[in-house]
Amino acid sequence: MSEADHDLLVMTAICKTFPGVQALENVDFSLKRNEIHCLIGENGAGKSTLIKVLTGVDRQDSGTITLDGKEIHVRSPQHAQELGISTVYQEINLCMNLSIAENILLGREPHNKIGGIDLRKMNNEAAEVLTRLLGINIDVTQRLDTYTVAIQQMVAIARALDIASARILILDEPTSSLDAIETQQLFKVMRKLRDDGVGIIFITHFISQVFEISDRITVLRNGKLVGTFDTSSISRIELITKMIGRTLVEFDEMTKAKLTSGKQIESEPILKAEGLGRTNAISPFDLDLYRGEVVGLAGLLGSGRTEIASLLFGSDKPDTGSIMMNNKPVDDYSPLGSIKRGVALCPEDRKAAGILDDLTIRENIILAMQASKGWFKFLSLQEQYEVADKYIEMLNIVTPSPDQPVKNLSGGNQQKVILARWLATNPQVLILDEPTRGIDVGAKAEIQKLVLALANEGKACVFISSELEEVLRVSHRIDVLREREKVAEFKGDVDESTIMNAIAGSES
Amino acid sequence: MKKNRTSFTWRKVTESRLFFPLLALVIILLADLILIPGFFKFQIRGDNLYGSLIDIFRNGSTVALLAIGMTLVIATGGIDLSVGAVMAIAASVAALLMNPYVLGKELSPQLQALIRDPNFTWQPLWVVLLITLLVAILCGLWNGILVAYVRIQPMVATLILMIAGRGIAQLITNGVRIQIFYEPYAFIGQGWIILPFCLYLVAIIYALTWLFTRKTAVGMFIESVGINARSSFFSGISERKIKLLVYTFCGFCAGIAGLVASANIKTSDANNIGWSLELDAILAVVIGGTSMAGGRFSLLASIIGAMVMQAVTTSMYAIGVPAFALLAIKGVFVILVVMLYSKQVRGLFQKLAVDRKET
Repeated sequence: MSEADHDLLVMTAICKTFPGVQALENVDFSLKRNEIHCLIGENGAGKSTLIKVLTGVDRQDSGTITLDGKEIHVRSPQHAQELGISTVYQEINLCMNLSIAENILLGREPHNKIGGIDLRKMNNEAAEVLTRLLGINIDVTQRLDTYTVAIQQMVAIARALDIASARILILDEPTSSLDAIETQQLFKVMRKLRDDGVGIIFITHFISQVFEISDRITVLRNGKLVGTFDTSSISRIELITKMIGRTLVEFDEMTKAKLTSGKQIESEPILKAEGLGRTNAISPFDLDLYRGEVVGLAGLLGSGRTEIASLLFGSDKPDTGSIMMNNKPVDDYSPLGSIKRGVALCPEDRKAAGILDDLTIRENIILAMQASKGWFKFLSLQEQYEVADKYIEMLNIVTPSPDQPVKNLSGGNQQKVILARWLATNPQVLILDEPTRGIDVGAKAEIQKLVLALANEGKACVFISSELEEVLRVSHRIDVLREREKVAEFKGDVDESTIMNAIAGSES
Repeated sequence: MKKNRTSFTWRKVTESRLFFPLLALVIILLADLILIPGFFKFQIRGDNLYGSLIDIFRNGSTVALLAIGMTLVIATGGIDLSVGAVMAIAASVAALLMNPYVLGKELSPQLQALIRDPNFTWQPLWVVLLITLLVAILCGLWNGILVAYVRIQPMVATLILMIAGRGIAQLITNGVRIQIFYEPYAFIGQGWIILPFCLYLVAIIYALTWLFTRKTAVGMFIESVGINARSSFFSGISERKIKLLVYTFCGFCAGIAGLVASANIKTSDANNIGWSLELDAILAVVIGGTSMAGGRFSLLASIIGAMVMQAVTTSMYAIGVPAFALLAIKGVFVILVVMLYSKQVRGLFQKLAVDRKET
């Protein structure tokens, strides 16, 4: 009886500050035995920080964690494991070139009399662990990389559970690289574990999976707890509303700008994608882009927004379909080809695919423009300064000099430098993937205005954002994506709930 | 306080890429000044200038040539271990072209007599140079293809030629050390026009490389690939072409270094020419402050780095350190350099610079 009296895990009033950011603010979280508990929220909501606090990667500034009614202080990931808290990350942390048995028992191999590894015993033990814990039966002597990602994921789970008899299992986006059947396999294992008494924290961006598998849902937004809900008592729309939230900023001028630019739309599309698709990235889709129009791509993270951007820009090559640009078929699917055609992509991940942190602001701005000119038609220093100064002024980049390394700038200003890099190539089609992520409200509004101004000048824009409100504000037309498929298109005035319905995929 | 782009400040000096390599060079030369009497004495024989200092520069020229090519490779985040072996290949090719006696086992007395003539050559000098450098460029191209297109890690890819190269060099000369009697060729390594000819060669290659990287967009592209290949890819820069270019160019530089080295000893010695010089070249680049992770590079700083290496070696010999102890001393020196480059020491220098300004 006493076991049922308290929750397995209770986190109370957790606060965590990183330099400049309040990552968690008085967040409460609890987990019961026999429960699959989904933790959801957009990027930067604080999910990872909460998990890091729980697993001892980071220490909370204040707040308490109790496990089985006893307060615990998690010192390190190893300590977390000793306490029975195991984590399986999205990226599989296993050795692909070892057998499944070796992976499961790595570092704890059974030894024979002369000190070597007792292979037979190891294989038996590993097979037993897989059957007992997960109820799956596979050949444990085969190399891990001969199996599908789903099986690899399950091996990771088996290892995590077996090291210390885990009572809490954290699954951080385990399904992001799985297909539908593999996901079902994983869910089956999760249900078995739940019924065996393990508390599971499940992080995912796929809303349909949340409803399929979870018992309760906790929503975080901007480091704050929005609430914990019983899955059966909340609808998809309500959930997405809670995830995305609303910011109460009025942008009257922007709406006006949007109306005037709407008149200029021509009949001929400047870029026409037909049946464009790539296996495991995005199902084939059609998309027409017109001058003077902003097309918003709405959908949750992982729904295929970025994949569409990559295909249009040529940083990923399509398996099927084709692109017509100015009525001419495109044959060179590469970033350089796109830049020369007048297509620009401001990529999603600023750090990994955008800025070159040791180069100066000037060099960062002229880079793509120079790449399209080739190695030898080098812009003179004077031309470089002219271009850099022009965009520093136009985009209001705050810096003492264009010769500063770009890493000295704030995130918002870095984002503007990348925008400047693409504007400098004088694109006809501008694709912006999360151009406002992680930057403050003021800079966000500036960038949104800029997008509308650019459309007004006759550019075709594609605007991708996790913030639905932002997409609604700047777009003339909105394409909705769900689980790697384009599912709907809305023109003109639409309200948020219509789009949310489409994103959630609920019957309307 | 507003920052001024042009004004001279101590802070700017200590932040300059050339500051630390130059500081190291000055410290070593100052030590020489105190420890070794007559170290800075120059002699004039004929029109030419001689002296310990000039010896340092002359002996450092091969490593300086290698360091120029190596700088660009390291700036892309790579490494080229094969340059020493490519030097040996170049030396063998050049020697074979000038003195083909390994091709025929029994030389006719007339040909033998001809070869003993210091001005004999089988091919004119320009053909020798052209073919030798082409072979070196091919070696570099091979490395470049392995790294950029076959996608082998640079260290492994260039290790192949590092090991195989010396064997190839031996095969070319049939395992024989070919003597070089052709005087115009020897001039490359031993000639003087007031200063040693090889110093002019370093200056020319440096100037051309500087023009090629800094007066075109190539230098910026090399740095951008080294800093973040993915961002560069999105900006339309071909990482593969850039990598192919720098490895090929590195082979070319190694070829020239091979010419200088073989001309200097007037023989193709496939076992010893360029032996372990790849490591000296890498060290020179590191002393020059180019990060092994890739990114910003300075050619001049690398050349100064090469001279620092040579100054250490020459100074050690001059104060009587035996040759076998030299490597150990070099090791200690590397530790000192790495410490000099650490954040803490840099911060200390910058703090000193600030204090200086305030007082």
